[in-house]
Amino acid sequence: MNFDLTQEHQMLKNMMRDFANEKVAPGAIERDKTKQFPTEIFKELSDMGMMGLPFDEDYGGAGADTISFAIVTEELSRACASTGITYSAHISLGGAPLHLFGTEEQKKKYLTPICTGESFGAFGLTEPNAGSDAGGTQTTAKLEGDEWVINGSKVYITNASHAKHLAITAITGTDNGKKEISAIIVPTDAEGFTIIDNYEKMGLNASNTTELVFENVRVPKENLLGVQGNGFKQFLTTLDGGRIGIGAMAVGIAQAAFDKALRYSKERKQFGKSLSEFQITQFKLADMALKIELARTMVYKAAWLKDQGRAFGKEAAMCKLYASEIAMEVADEAIQIHGGYGYMKEYEVERFMRDAKLLEIGEGTSEVQRMVIARHVGC
Amino acid sequence: MNIYVLVKRTFDTEEKIVVSGGHIQEDGAEFIINPYDEYAIEEAIQVRDAHGGEVTVITMGDEEAEKQLRTALAMGADKAVLINTEDVEDLDQFSAAHILAEYLKDKEADLILAGNVAIDGGSGQVGPRVAELLGINYVTTITNLEINGDTVAIKRDVEGDTEELETKLPLLVTAQQGLNEPRYPSLPGIMKAKKKPLEELELDDLDIDEDDVEAKTETVEIYLPPKKEAGKVLQGDLQDQVKELVGLLRTEAKVI
Ligand SMILES: Cc1cc2nc3c(=O)[nH]c(=O)nc-3n(C[C@H](O)[C@H](O)[C@H](O)COP(=O)(O)OP(=O)(O)OC[C@H]3O[C@@H](n4cnc5c(N)ncnc54)[C@H](O)[C@@H]3O)c2cc1C
Ligand SMILES: Cc1cc2nc3c(=O)[nH]c(=O)nc-3n(C[C@H](O)[C@H](O)[C@H](O)COP(=O)(O)OP(=O)(O)OC[C@H]3O[C@@H](n4cnc5c(N)ncnc54)[C@H](O)[C@@H]3O)c2cc1C
Repeated sequence: MNFDLTQEHQMLKNMMRDFANEKVAPGAIERDKTKQFPTEIFKELSDMGMMGLPFDEDYGGAGADTISFAIVTEELSRACASTGITYSAHISLGGAPLHLFGTEEQKKKYLTPICTGESFGAFGLTEPNAGSDAGGTQTTAKLEGDEWVINGSKVYITNASHAKHLAITAITGTDNGKKEISAIIVPTDAEGFTIIDNYEKMGLNASNTTELVFENVRVPKENLLGVQGNGFKQFLTTLDGGRIGIGAMAVGIAQAAFDKALRYSKERKQFGKSLSEFQITQFKLADMALKIELARTMVYKAAWLKDQGRAFGKEAAMCKLYASEIAMEVADEAIQIHGGYGYMKEYEVERFMRDAKLLEIGEGTSEVQRMVIARHVGC
Repeated sequence: MNIYVLVKRTFDTEEKIVVSGGHIQEDGAEFIINPYDEYAIEEAIQVRDAHGGEVTVITMGDEEAEKQLRTALAMGADKAVLINTEDVEDLDQFSAAHILAEYLKDKEADLILAGNVAIDGGSGQVGPRVAELLGINYVTTITNLEINGDTVAIKRDVEGDTEELETKLPLLVTAQQGLNEPRYPSLPGIMKAKKKPLEELELDDLDIDEDDVEAKTETVEIYLPPKKEAGKVLQGDLQDQVKELVGLLRTEAKVI
């Protein structure tokens, strides 16, 4: 057993912490208000070689491990969760399926611009009538000659406005009366493809969440990603990896909330004492620190298993479920410790709570995580 | 161009520092590259990228200083040297300059960069002393550097004003804030840093006798600056305020 980060991990963490404090945190309140996408931050992250973090150097990636991905995602989310989800979705939803299932040619063509930051990565799975039950997909892709003709719509798709292409899931036929779902790569400038960016969200305001509409969108036959009919299996694999990203985001938000609450409790005096002198406040902070420690350890464990090439589906679900739930609890307590100030945007903890809520919903709700874990433990 | 950078591992003074028993407590303190040395590293990398050559970063300290050297390698330096002084009792600016100069004397350095001061000791002596020992030109607190052949045009900060001057290589300069904006190490840089050469030397390897580099100064006491007290706002008639102020400066602050 060894719980130490390697020297590279430690260096990456220090560097990302500095970067997040100096470049990401300062505009976070403003971006939450204006819903301005963090374009400049991502230009810098591209220059720093972060956009292709886990992917092969052949495609412009850095070939780093999942622990590194968790570290970067946590540090970005600590400063600004909108930046964190943009990054996490870019890597684990956008890049990962291409990396896992793409042909050499597809990787050269589609993964490379993701690694360089020229295109953001995105993944279109959820539909108006297919959320937790993603098998309920209604979007269709019919083969006509050498082309897929796509019709249907997707909802809540992260990063699509800033992507040059993305993988979507669609019904490509029936197999013994069962729907056959496949993944297809679609360029975002294809004719008949509309991306609508006008949701009014509770949080993660500076991230890009979109609706996709396909009206007779034609893409070449070779845009099929992976094996025809394997779309369902493929996205389950993709989501396993994505859950580590959500877990890391949750740890980042929780850490930010804790840091603010601890500092505030030492500064704020009531009844002639600082809040941190009250045992009830101390116990709250102790519980918050405990939960964060456990969540981060679980995120690292899931990431480590993935890096060892071992099964990590159960642990990924556990880390995502636990970290997202404690992020909500910790953010809630951080607001409570701030009293009336915590209810004000200026003190940021209220944003942490709004941002954290998505983590209990996206990439599988908490209920879905419990279903996954239950299946793994033999129910 | 053969470029060397003198780098020091220091306490992060933005983090909490605890003094006990006349020493700064190392446990729990955060360590960083001295911020002025970061400017020096950045400038070295830029000079190399423009003129070719190699950047070697040097530090003195214990094994822990490898972290700061690896960070410099991740930023883009080519090689690193750690002069291990863990077993040496008493070191000061004299000792440091002497050891570094011993290492550098046969390296035919074209350009040596250092920080203007280290934020821990704050003496600003090591750079100039090394240059003196090597018998080369030096310019302190530089904010701009332009190299043309072996002619170097420099702007330096003189208490807020700028002095422009010209000198020749080989040269030692010390970096002031404003010289550049140090880059963040890139991810590929971090991943390659471990594979770059890092040489570890003992004083013996440099033929230095510990007694010859014994500190010339003695630290009498280390203490934290006094806690900042809340200010006092004087009130009332201007005449009375002035009187009160003069009185307080005499009796309380005892500065007049
Ligand atoms: C900001 C944001 C970004 C997103 N980004 C993406 C993206 O990039 N790509 C993408 O494809 N999707 C994305 N999503 C969609 C997200 O993955 C879905 O919202 C999520 O999977 C839940 O689906 P749903 O909203 O349809 O809820 P539903 O599935 O309708 O669930 C509603 C409630 O019912 C519960 N429930 C459902 N089934 C069961 C059951 N069998 N047992 C018990 N409880 C159940 C759920 O847990 C939930 O509490 C995003 C969503 C948001 C809000
Ligand atoms: C939207 C809004 C509307 C408001 N409207 C009004 C209004 O109309 N009129 C008005 O007068 N005020 C109003 N308030 C102020 C509100 O009543 C105060 O914010 C509230 O009483 C808490 O005080 P505080 O914000 O100073 O927090 P603090 O008193 O600083 O408390 C911070 C935290 O420390 C805890 N704490 C404090 N003392 C102790 C202790 N001894 N032991 C354990 N824990 C302790 C608190 O429970 C809290 O969790 C409003 C506030 C808001 C946000």
